[in-house]
Amino acid sequence: MANLNDLGIAAIRDGFRKGDFSAREVADSFISAVEKARALNAFTVETPDHAIAAAEQADRDRSQGDFKPLSGVPLGIKDLFATKGVQTASASKILEGFKPEYDSTVSGKLFAAGAGMLGKLNMDEFAMGSSNETSAFGNVLSPWRRNDGGNAALTPGGSSGGSASAVSARLCPGATGTDTGGSIRQPAAFTGITGVKPTYGRCSRWGIVAFASSLDQAGPMARDVRDCAIMLEVMSGYDPKDSTSLKLDVPQWEAGLSSDIRGKRIGIPREYRIDGVPAEIDAVWEQGIQWMKDAGAEIVEISLPHTKYALPTYYIIAPAEASSNLARYDGVRYGNRVAPENGSLDDMYKATRAAGFGAEVRRRIMIGTYVLSAGFYDAYFNQAQKVRALIARDFQDAFKQVDLILTPTAPSAAFGLGETTDPLGMYLNDVFAVPASLAGLPAMSVPAGLDAQGLPLGLQIIGKPLDEQGVMNAGLALEERAGFTARPEAWW
Amino acid sequence: MSVDTATVRHIAKLARIAVTDHEVEALVPELNNILGWIEQLGEVDVTGVEPMTAVIPNQLRMRPDEITDGNVRDAVLKNAPVAEHGFFAVPKVIE
Amino acid sequence: MNAPYRIQGATGEWEVVIGLEVHAQVTSKAKLFSGAATEFGAEPNTQVSLVDAAMPGMLPVLNEECIRQAVRTGMAIDAKINAWSRFDRKNYFYADLPQGYQISQLYHPLVGEGEIEVELEGGATKKIGVERIHVEQDAGKLMHDQHPSFSYVDLNRSGVALMEIVSKPDMRSPEEAGAYVRKLRSILRYVGSCDGNMEQGSMRADVNVSVRRPGEPFGTRTETKNVNSVRFIMAVIEYEASRQVDVLESGDSVVQETRLFDPDKGETRTLRSKEDAHDYRYFPDPDLLPLELSDDFLRECRESLPELPDAKRKRYEQELGISAYNAAVLTAEVETARWFEELLAATGKTGPEVGKAASNWVISDLFGALNRLGKDITESPVTPAQGAELIGLVADGTLSGTLAKQVFEIMLETGDNPGKIVEERGLKQTSDTGEIEKVIAEVMAANADKVAEYRGGKDKLFGFFVGQTMKAMGGKANPGVVNDLLKKALG
Repeated sequence: MANLNDLGIAAIRDGFRKGDFSAREVADSFISAVEKARALNAFTVETPDHAIAAAEQADRDRSQGDFKPLSGVPLGIKDLFATKGVQTASASKILEGFKPEYDSTVSGKLFAAGAGMLGKLNMDEFAMGSSNETSAFGNVLSPWRRNDGGNAALTPGGSSGGSASAVSARLCPGATGTDTGGSIRQPAAFTGITGVKPTYGRCSRWGIVAFASSLDQAGPMARDVRDCAIMLEVMSGYDPKDSTSLKLDVPQWEAGLSSDIRGKRIGIPREYRIDGVPAEIDAVWEQGIQWMKDAGAEIVEISLPHTKYALPTYYIIAPAEASSNLARYDGVRYGNRVAPENGSLDDMYKATRAAGFGAEVRRRIMIGTYVLSAGFYDAYFNQAQKVRALIARDFQDAFKQVDLILTPTAPSAAFGLGETTDPLGMYLNDVFAVPASLAGLPAMSVPAGLDAQGLPLGLQIIGKPLDEQGVMNAGLALEERAGFTARPEAWW
Repeated sequence: MSVDTATVRHIAKLARIAVTDHEVEALVPELNNILGWIEQLGEVDVTGVEPMTAVIPNQLRMRPDEITDGNVRDAVLKNAPVAEHGFFAVPKVIE
Repeated sequence: MNAPYRIQGATGEWEVVIGLEVHAQVTSKAKLFSGAATEFGAEPNTQVSLVDAAMPGMLPVLNEECIRQAVRTGMAIDAKINAWSRFDRKNYFYADLPQGYQISQLYHPLVGEGEIEVELEGGATKKIGVERIHVEQDAGKLMHDQHPSFSYVDLNRSGVALMEIVSKPDMRSPEEAGAYVRKLRSILRYVGSCDGNMEQGSMRADVNVSVRRPGEPFGTRTETKNVNSVRFIMAVIEYEASRQVDVLESGDSVVQETRLFDPDKGETRTLRSKEDAHDYRYFPDPDLLPLELSDDFLRECRESLPELPDAKRKRYEQELGISAYNAAVLTAEVETARWFEELLAATGKTGPEVGKAASNWVISDLFGALNRLGKDITESPVTPAQGAELIGLVADGTLSGTLAKQVFEIMLETGDNPGKIVEERGLKQTSDTGEIEKVIAEVMAANADKVAEYRGGKDKLFGFFVGQTMKAMGGKANPGVVNDLLKKALG
């Protein structure tokens, strides 16, 4: 039998249906891989019991001829998703030990579809970071290493770094991610996997620890486009408990997959050619353009004039919303409390939050608090919401001419842990990812090749609102042409 | 606009995060660096532009006035650092 | 026109300027953004959902009824209804505020400007402007005296819907403020959007007070928080106004600050000064989209509004011939008006024919009895139908006024219908001229001296003979018949 860990979601699902193996065998195989890979620090909690229980249920169901969409498939769940009875800490010390009494809508849908949970995946604290270095549970290591013979520890990207590392290292066939300003796409690109951020409102945010409510979206991270489509179909759907959820039927994305993109017009935004980006990034983009042409698409140069303002806009809106969303972590109702002897309520708040939040989270709360404070609201927050409207308008205008937009996912390949210490330098990682987030558009990253150091690079496809199908079809066309088969060699 | 130590302390107070003198000193240039960068937004002409409200066109739906939740005190209190007699407990507040 | 309210300071007269922010709990089964119950008096933390406890990842979903009631309230004060409004977060930390922010409406409230006409003593009226009404969440409750070193937090109220009704600074005396709150409460109860129960905290006010020399610009104001009765609101104004006058006359200036009222001492004291004032960092709640109300929704709100107190009062005066005073009393409380209208309906009559008698009976007899019994009208031992029957018995001459009062007392005790009481106890008024003439003859015989005096010109004695006759007949004689026959007999 082939190594079950090498199978993706579709292959596991189909093989399980055919009777090639049992769900329990699949679960055991991945549980064992997870245990062996603790050096990667991809998981904050391992939940083999959950995976086994789901597998045994799937096996029992199979004997009755009953198959659910994800029967037999074990998944990793980002620590941002509330999981009933299982620590949900958002990789923060302030929530260490918090076991919610509820499952998030999205993880609940996955479980209801037959999926088991291998564990909770490490991430940047409260999803604030692009390297997974802000986690209170330690850095996640990328399974990838440079081909220079050195063993420098590399970042898997962030914030969904644990998800990216685990999928890339074959610890799980798929994982949930969340994307606020690139947190699915950038780590997917860094680790040579595929990740989709759907249209804002496709996936319910209920039960997902909030970072920036107007931007947060859940999405799948998996080995290929088809696996992402399978997961996204289960994860999506209207949820009356989320007021920003879209009341739309979920398309049959997997059935609709087609790499035939002849006649599609693909926009290439000139503002995404920015100074200081390594030549290899431009090269992979050029390669992507060529693949699109080969697939029969028409390439159109477009302009997204407000692109350069996207990052600063994001770094006003996201911290502002976060400063308010994170006010609930006050040591009163859950999570950790630090109460100085004979201290006041305020003393408890201050000590709890100083001890519970890491440096980056504190920094963003401070920025967010400042831009909302008296006298600055109009200059910062309101101005940012106006510029955000202009950025969204840029895309609307562009989509009058083109069907899809192709860009690099990130401005570099994975970097070494500890190499980027300046917050601003770190923020620049998301320069290509953030505009689509601000406009709420569906976007995905597809692995496109390796750089000279042997590290993966990704291409991003951005689509019109609700056109996940178009995005994934173009992704499939790229995937077929890229033939990306590289994988990290197990050193862990 | 830039922040000084007093402003940083004020923000930290608003955000209820204790900061040491050393942290305040470090935060001043850090925050100024970030704020200086985001201030470039000021140069964008936003005349006649309405601030974004809903990123994807969508309508706020309302739910009917029905009691569908509550009576879950155990679940509500389960993760509390200190809970007594069915209440959350916090350091005494003097009004 | 009343003389304007003035505070006599050592250096001259001062005028007080008052604005009120009234927080009224919206009548609804479930909370504004969660499905937990709103009922008063439950065990701590039992009416709390995971949303109300602000568990990670919980999201608000708006309760339509709360919006409907706030819109209807706005319509009842002729206010502008904003079909496009939005919820904002008001950020601050407190143990009774689980989210670390209150969902409220700062930038785009649901209801804009309106006005309320209040009646003042002596029949004068005044229009008080309403700046806005917005919808927001209530906070939880802290208990400070249950444990030596802890305060206890109960989140049952957390997330209950409130309307904040913000007046303009249009009031100039404690009396006006009291009249405004009473009138507002009356309207809310008519509309059914708030039960107006101030003891249970369903209605409470933040009282903004400043003083100035008449005609000069507004002075610096103070805000006294959470005052929960009309009497206390008036006390706060009196106290604050005279305190501020003292401050100003001693050469100091009034500090803009938030104050608390101590009902035991009848004083206000500083809660926090402007320097410590919160910076609430309002911004639109990204968990909620803008609220857009359809024409159909607004039409339904308007069509479901009941007749409001002002309109009802005018109708009582014009159609029922009721005095202005009685009409005001009968319409002040929705329950009184409802009781009165049920009574009218049960009489089967309309117009001044019955209105006057019915209103007089309700206000003097029924209210007098209820007062004595310490009950309000909803607890009346006598039903509207019974009242109507009693009034009918007076109108058709079966009962005299005196007899009617006797019958009413028995009704209050026994709960029996008046007809049955009259029947069983023989309390029917008599118009039998033969019987009355007989008694008159006896009275005249027994008072021959007075008859002589009367006939000698002492007309005033007529009343004496009426009284004696009525007394001799146990109050059951028809007074009209007695009058007629006495006149004849006395010549």
